[in-house]
Amino acid sequence: MLARTYAEYFANNETPEILFWVGCAGSFDQRAQKVTKAFVEILNKLEVKFAILGKEEMCTGDPARRAGNEFLFQMMAYNNIQVLTMYHVKKIVTTCPHCFNALKNEYPELGGNYEVIHHSTLLQQFINEGKIKLKEGGEFKGKKITYHDSCYLGRANKIYEAPREVLRILDGELVELKRCKTNGLCCGAGGAQMFKEDEPGDSRINMERTKDVLESGASVVASNCPFCLTMLSDGVKNHEKEEQIQVLDIAEMIAKSI
Amino acid sequence: MMVVNYICSHYIIQIMHIFQQILFVLCLAAAIYIFSKKIVEIRRNIFLGKPLQLNGSWSSVLLMAFGQKKMFTNIPVAILHFIVYAGFIIMNTEVLEIIVDGIAGSHRIFFGTLGGFYTLLINCFELLAILILIAIILFFIRRNILKLKRFISNDLDGFPRSDANTILFFEMVLMSLFLIMNSTDAELQARSIEGYHHTGPFIISQFLQPLFSGIGTNALIVIERLAWWAHILGIFAFLNYLPYSKHLHIVLAFPNAYYAPLQTETIGTMSNMPAIQNEVLYMMEPDKAPTIADTSAVQKFGARDVFDLSWKNNMDAYSCTECGRCSTACPANITGKKLSPRAIMMKTRDRLEEVGKVLNANNNEWKDDGKTLLNNYITAEELSACTTCNACVEACPVSISPLNIILELRRCLIMEDSVSSPEWNNMFGNIENNMAPWKMSADDRDGWNQ
Repeated sequence: MLARTYAEYFANNETPEILFWVGCAGSFDQRAQKVTKAFVEILNKLEVKFAILGKEEMCTGDPARRAGNEFLFQMMAYNNIQVLTMYHVKKIVTTCPHCFNALKNEYPELGGNYEVIHHSTLLQQFINEGKIKLKEGGEFKGKKITYHDSCYLGRANKIYEAPREVLRILDGELVELKRCKTNGLCCGAGGAQMFKEDEPGDSRINMERTKDVLESGASVVASNCPFCLTMLSDGVKNHEKEEQIQVLDIAEMIAKSI
Repeated sequence: MMVVNYICSHYIIQIMHIFQQILFVLCLAAAIYIFSKKIVEIRRNIFLGKPLQLNGSWSSVLLMAFGQKKMFTNIPVAILHFIVYAGFIIMNTEVLEIIVDGIAGSHRIFFGTLGGFYTLLINCFELLAILILIAIILFFIRRNILKLKRFISNDLDGFPRSDANTILFFEMVLMSLFLIMNSTDAELQARSIEGYHHTGPFIISQFLQPLFSGIGTNALIVIERLAWWAHILGIFAFLNYLPYSKHLHIVLAFPNAYYAPLQTETIGTMSNMPAIQNEVLYMMEPDKAPTIADTSAVQKFGARDVFDLSWKNNMDAYSCTECGRCSTACPANITGKKLSPRAIMMKTRDRLEEVGKVLNANNNEWKDDGKTLLNNYITAEELSACTTCNACVEACPVSISPLNIILELRRCLIMEDSVSSPEWNNMFGNIENNMAPWKMSADDRDGWNQ
């Protein structure tokens, strides 16, 4: 067992400091599960008293809402808020910017008020507090690393610097993509596109975005979103560059370096 | 006999003057009347949208509208645009004088009070005029010769493409007439013709003066008067072309900037739907449901037509100047999908104008014309392609949100018409049954933690 649930904490009359909202991708998607485990590894190493909801967690409803199904979103939000209220959850960290956006910006109006932070911000805080100590000559030392802004962390929540600061401590060479920050290009998965095929067009959005990655000459592309991770990995694979370019979440990169 | 002749011609000149004054006042009144009528109509069309409580900010007007902050992502273009915009605003003081002269039958009336400062002012206007001319010629080249992707896009086929060039042409002609008017004036001054004050030659138009030196005085007066009349009538015509043109942004960019901050704050958030929130609440906690069911209004979800959008969405549509920065940033558009955020705005405006025509023909009463914004103008294919990435919202220099309209139409598509791809229907089913968008058992949610 890597993480304890809120229910277990409660059974022992304990209160965790923070809830780790794993999200559907982090729970079920095999690639994203690795990010979940990497993040949990960091939290355990730093002896953070965190809990997950386990089987009691549900989809935030974000993809349903973006697709236009408000009923389903409201259903999910209602149920999640019930659980979060029951456990008196105050602070939430999540590795998914879509969950982050829904919990932080859309749940308050429905009665769910929490301090919500994205894992890149939490990692940055750990670094600033000196809690994360990197081992000498880490895996990313001297490597060309680029960063892909996810739309829901970037434009939707204006978090551009925290993930970059996390990447800077890896001692690599951080290079920017042609389209970055406010001008960043979507990976193609947002707005529930992750769950359907593209409309007819000239190319796929993730192929277009991967071109930026190839142009940057980076050997590692860092992401902060499980959907971007899938999209970029597929893009790199389709460009037949999976030998040369690693697509990793920033939590995985930190976990590999401590 | 000589005296009688003199008196006669004096009267004729006087009558001509009065006739010109009357003609001017009539033109001015007509221009203002027709313009206001159309503006009132546009205002009515905008407020066909649903009420929406918005807070505004004057600092945002300063920054986004006067300061054109968002334009400065591309500095050379921003500078050219700033010259044209600031130039036009500043030169409007000259139009004030032209109007006073036109009504009073005077000539360059401000010269009497301003003296030497007047010449300085006109010199400044002339400098601006030549800068504007240069900027407009560069804009014309950019649009028609350099073939920038956003300008050759199919979005602009038909009227929108000619609209853009008409605006540039209008501005070019107005600036040229202003310079011709001034140079002929200076030449007439040099010949000490009565009524032409000695302001001295002007900084730019003095270079045009030699063109007129060989022309007889009477002909020159006619040219000067024609230039003066054509210039002001051109301004009146341009004023009345505005409400039909993308150029209306010079007016609506200001209120749009005023309401920009709220949009920035809520950029990642979709508007809540309290009716559905309550429905879910009453379903889960029946004791909270009102005992008497509310049957007052038939609930509509999302937007099918411009009546269901907010007035801000509708104002956005009238504020759009079709620059295409949104579509250049749109991932769906870049990869050749049918969706173009610019076209979303243009189609919304087209629909508003069409609805307006129906209202005009029926004493402001709405008669169903069998069309709606959704389907007749904007298709499901366009809407489905949106990744909700907010790149279009971020790119817009005048704070328009095409995304907001897209999402409201999507809500109607899904909740009213049940038009959805099979994949999305599966996703909905999975969320409902397995609490996750994939077909995975909720019991395995913590499978990674074993």
